[in-house]
Amino acid sequence: MQKINKERRTLLKGSAMAIALGMTGIAQLLTAPQAFAAWPKDAFAGRSVDEVMAALFDEKVVPVDSGDIFLKAPDIAENGAVVPISVESSLPNIKRIIILVEDNPTPMVASFILGEGAKADVSTRIKMGKTSNVVALIESEGNVYAARKNVKVTIGGCGG
Amino acid sequence: MAGIKAKAKQKGDFVELKTLMKHPMETGLRKDKKGVKIPAHHITEITVKSAGKVLMTVEYGPAISKNPYTSVVIGGKKTGDTLNVGWVDNTGKSENIDVVVK
Repeated sequence: MQKINKERRTLLKGSAMAIALGMTGIAQLLTAPQAFAAWPKDAFAGRSVDEVMAALFDEKVVPVDSGDIFLKAPDIAENGAVVPISVESSLPNIKRIIILVEDNPTPMVASFILGEGAKADVSTRIKMGKTSNVVALIESEGNVYAARKNVKVTIGGCGG
Repeated sequence: MAGIKAKAKQKGDFVELKTLMKHPMETGLRKDKKGVKIPAHHITEITVKSAGKVLMTVEYGPAISKNPYTSVVIGGKKTGDTLNVGWVDNTGKSENIDVVVK
């Protein structure tokens, strides 16, 4: 009898350990995607263009306006929930294309990290809370270039 | 909730990849009828891979429209190659599909 009880103890202890291990495993799984992907949380949480810029770039970077960035966006967006945006550029060695909407609650919209040999030609559809400048930032050979376009929004798309 | 549509087409030295993903893209700012905030639920990252190599990473925030449309142009691939496109959202869910370049 005593022996059985002892076995039961170890068994319980073992399963408790297994559960504990399982739990940490799940916790790791839950946090893993973001940690692994290094999604720039601070940049996406920034509430102003300055905050976003500070989170995106290490040093204080002042983007240079460039005529080599072709930012396509409608002049007037009837529906702020769906605004088609595309960015093309002929600048050399582009690492990253960032899209910001200056007057959105959180200006950071998207960031395209170009792999080897990729062409700077991206399109997406974004939400705009109200009429604002859309900014395309391009990181090329250590410099940051920018292009802006004002988009008039008749119905906002950020809820509230 | 599930669903990625993707088309890849060779155009000269590049491959144009167009994708449409089914996702609510909740901003976390909207409120339901009772005035309770709807929690944020949006894609954070789209990855385009081929043969284990990452060709393009797209980081998205909540300001992307519902059921996001994304098009990118990648290099080094041609007709017949297989690409893998997938997304991960802020709740840790993910989905990916293979697409053959036409």
